[in-house]
Amino acid sequence: MKQKLVIIGNGMAPGRMLEHLFDMDPEAFDVTIFNAEPRVNYNRLMLSPVLSGEKTYSDIITHDDGWYDDHGVTLHKSARVSTIDREAKKVTAENGVTADYDKLVIATGSLPIMIPLPGHTLDGVLVYRDLDDVDKMLKAARTGGRAVVIGGGLLGLEAAAGLREQGMEVSVLHLMPTLMERQLDPTAGHLLEDAIADRDIEVITEANTEKILEKDGKVAGVLLDDGREIEATIVVMAVGIRPSTALAASADIECNRGIVVGDDMRTSDPDIYALGECSEHRGLCYGLVAPLYEMAKVLSENLLGGRAEYNGSVTATKLKVTGIDLYSAGDFADDEDREEIVLRDGMAGIYKRLVLKDNRIIGAVLYGETSDGPWFFDLLKKQTDIAPMRDTLIFGQAYQGGAPLDPTAAVAALPDDAEICGCNGICKSQITTAITEKGLTSLDGVRAHTKASSSCGTCTGLVEQLLTVTLGDGYKPSAVTPVCGCTDLGHDDVRHLIRAKSLKTLPAVMQALEWKTSCGCAKCRPALNYYLVSEWPGEYADDYQSRFINERVHANIQKDGTYSVVPRMWGGITSAAELRKIADVVDKFDIPTVKVTGGQRIDMLGVRKEDLPAIWADLGEAGFVSGHAYAKGLRTVKTCVGTDWCRFGTQDSTGLGIRIEKFMWGAWTPAKVKMAVSGCPRNCSEATCKDVGVICVDSGFDIHFAGAAGLDIKGTEVLGHVKTEDEALEHIVALTQMYREQGHYLERIYKWAKRIGLDEIRRQIMEDIDARQGYFDRFVFSQKFAQVDPWSERVSGKDKHEFMPMSDLTLEAAE
Amino acid sequence: MKATTANWILVGRLSDIPKRGARRVKNGEVTIAVFRTAEDRIFALEDRCPHKQGPLSQGIIHGDCVTCPLHNWVFSLETGEAQGADEGRITSFPVKLDGDDIHLDLNFLSDMRKSA
Ligand SMILES: Cc1cc2nc3c(=O)[nH]c(=O)nc-3n(C[C@H](O)[C@H](O)[C@H](O)COP(=O)(O)OP(=O)(O)OC[C@H]3O[C@@H](n4cnc5c(N)ncnc54)[C@H](O)[C@@H]3O)c2cc1C
Ligand code: SF4
Ligand code: SF4
Ligand code: FES
Repeated sequence: MKQKLVIIGNGMAPGRMLEHLFDMDPEAFDVTIFNAEPRVNYNRLMLSPVLSGEKTYSDIITHDDGWYDDHGVTLHKSARVSTIDREAKKVTAENGVTADYDKLVIATGSLPIMIPLPGHTLDGVLVYRDLDDVDKMLKAARTGGRAVVIGGGLLGLEAAAGLREQGMEVSVLHLMPTLMERQLDPTAGHLLEDAIADRDIEVITEANTEKILEKDGKVAGVLLDDGREIEATIVVMAVGIRPSTALAASADIECNRGIVVGDDMRTSDPDIYALGECSEHRGLCYGLVAPLYEMAKVLSENLLGGRAEYNGSVTATKLKVTGIDLYSAGDFADDEDREEIVLRDGMAGIYKRLVLKDNRIIGAVLYGETSDGPWFFDLLKKQTDIAPMRDTLIFGQAYQGGAPLDPTAAVAALPDDAEICGCNGICKSQITTAITEKGLTSLDGVRAHTKASSSCGTCTGLVEQLLTVTLGDGYKPSAVTPVCGCTDLGHDDVRHLIRAKSLKTLPAVMQALEWKTSCGCAKCRPALNYYLVSEWPGEYADDYQSRFINERVHANIQKDGTYSVVPRMWGGITSAAELRKIADVVDKFDIPTVKVTGGQRIDMLGVRKEDLPAIWADLGEAGFVSGHAYAKGLRTVKTCVGTDWCRFGTQDSTGLGIRIEKFMWGAWTPAKVKMAVSGCPRNCSEATCKDVGVICVDSGFDIHFAGAAGLDIKGTEVLGHVKTEDEALEHIVALTQMYREQGHYLERIYKWAKRIGLDEIRRQIMEDIDARQGYFDRFVFSQKFAQVDPWSERVSGKDKHEFMPMSDLTLEAAE
Repeated sequence: MKATTANWILVGRLSDIPKRGARRVKNGEVTIAVFRTAEDRIFALEDRCPHKQGPLSQGIIHGDCVTCPLHNWVFSLETGEAQGADEGRITSFPVKLDGDDIHLDLNFLSDMRKSA
């Protein structure tokens, strides 16, 4: 029988351990994992980009549900283990789930330290450790106000930068005279302080918080011991971490600061191992992933009966705040027997300091320019004698041996065993070998096969240079297709950055994202205009000059420069009065062609542009509004006659269609959206080839989406089944809003769905009630500004210049 | 044949045209598109795409270029030349901005009409 392996905690360390284990022997263990968090495994290092809006949760998942299925791992989510019975070899979670083990791995990570200041239990006092904390911060950020971050270390600064990006005012309170004093010397600390202040983040050093102030049971601010008060809507405590040992201690496993392990990763109980931040090895507890990954490797071998040993690690740190380059490694305190080499370039904002002892590097601090970090770190770890290159050492690797090299040449010149990815301990030759042997051509390929640059991501540049060195011109750096020739960014990046940087006008977007042209082109301008309309309803002033002519004049241009006019007929239903009005308009304006469209509307073709406002005025008298037949927006909801007339009808399909159309008209979308509702599975309104379709059945409504009947032909996919009309409307609206927020401009729903994944869309719309509600609410909010009939606005004189020639010289000459 | 003296005629004001926009001036059979760029430069070109006669005044204006609304050819407003791989040229007309006033040369226009 297979041995049972139970793991407590589903963080980064055990994730890595299992990958090694399954690589070596997928069949050795039956694995069960208990995770206190309600989710799969994700890259904790990337929480800051999620907070700042540069990434989303789904971008940082490292092991999804599929992975656990594929490897036969049982994962209990939201299951915090409360007891370990070493006698019975059994663990029990708070929710009552139990598991027997042959081998147990404790990987409970760390707990953020909460200083027990008066007020620390108030609503609005947060820590920064997991995704739930990020969600709480994001929620707080939405209401604005000021965030006070206590602690100016790595985590505190990343939290501050993220909250600032989300539009909050931010103050960082730091007890010591300079920031990140554990990793940086005072000079670098001051440079960092300036860079942080440049982002409009207030830094107060030597700030000793006395208490957290309260108002109505919530955080209202903090009081410093010098009497200063700072108002705040949230307080984020980021003052350090403590290994999470309570569970192990309660089972009488030996603990100090962390759970004590030997070089083989075993605790005082030979069948129990501890792994990751919760462990203490040779008196040291680690707070960075590189050492944990080394432990993970050792443990995986030992679980399979090996005799691997972990011998401790030297660590290096990089701060992951976009735009600030900072690297530190080793020890850099002053001492008699130490020498230092310093390089300063005030203009370029560069500061580098190496601390030497006996001609060997023992510490390095780099600020502003960090590309030599890995090289210095390599010299430090190998304790290389640097005497022969001492004079030029500080200028970096490129200066060793003659003329300075360009960055790619510098990477090419690195020794094969130079470490490239610090987090995962991957050296140059491992990467280049993988590129050649596995035929890799992309960053993702290297990540998948070697893990390099897959954790904190700061070595991405180096890995890309290695790809260039190894493949030459065969490597095309970015696989994303840029929006157009005006930028290198793809649609997703642009949408993310508009959100993350709160960009609210076209010039602001082009400035901040470094557009290469002065005012864009006919491809990017309509895209950006849509992204801004969709992102900032009510705030962004729609730029009509960036819209395609049809949307600018609310009619469809034809081959001869005339226009076609399609009034809205809700759900395809019309009346004698409406038809009579159309007939009158056709006669009065001499309209050459009248045609019935595929979406159950009437199209008048061949209208002169000058006549448009007058035609709309006449149509308006019969109650007609714009049919948006020209819009990247909701076009038509086609219906059948359902229970009103049809002997097979199961529901009021016409009524539902009209209701959807009345709720959703006017909304702009990435590309056109066509819908249909059929009253029974005979499907007379052809709902199963639409962007969104509903098939009514006796028990309710089957919602379909992602069909196509244009250049591509594709039947719809099923989103899910709902019981009532209200629910049908709610789900369709939420789905459309999700598409509005994520779609690339001109990308129809079926293409978007293919890119995002049908399951993910079903999960968010059908299962995740909060997500659905959020989408629904945002749609409703944006409709407040979108549901204005453009025709009647123009009848009242808006955009007159669009319709009349500026002058007619023929007439003037005749006069 | 070209007239030697210009006969400038007022066709509108700068403020009649939105920035990055265009207005039409009718002159018998010929329609002229008057363009205003983001930097307030003014150009006058025939409102007729050399590809399939698309009305260029309805296009999107970016930099000193316009993209035709029918099939997205891009033209320089400065030279009237098609950009990129496409070939063709739009007729351009002398235009003068005098304070806020936009003038076209009527003699040039009537010469054109005669020779057309
Ligand atoms: C915002 C942030 C940024 C960071 N940036 C960097 C960086 O740039 N570079 C770097 O090297 N490191 C960084 N770190 C540190 C790095 O994330 C940690 O070192 C690493 O995640 C620790 O891994 P672990 O598996 O030991 O613990 P964790 O990843 O913390 O996982 C522990 C898991 O166990 C669960 N758990 C705890 N108790 C129980 C229980 N009784 N029962 C069940 N489950 C339990 C917890 O909920 C948690 O999910 C960062 C950390 C944070 C929070
Ligand atoms: S879809 Fe069904 S209910 Fe609707 S018209 Fe056809 S047969 Fe009747
Ligand atoms: S099918 Fe082609 S030709 Fe016919 S209306 Fe559509 S785009 Fe025009
Ligand atoms: S008519 Fe202008 S591009 Fe075809």
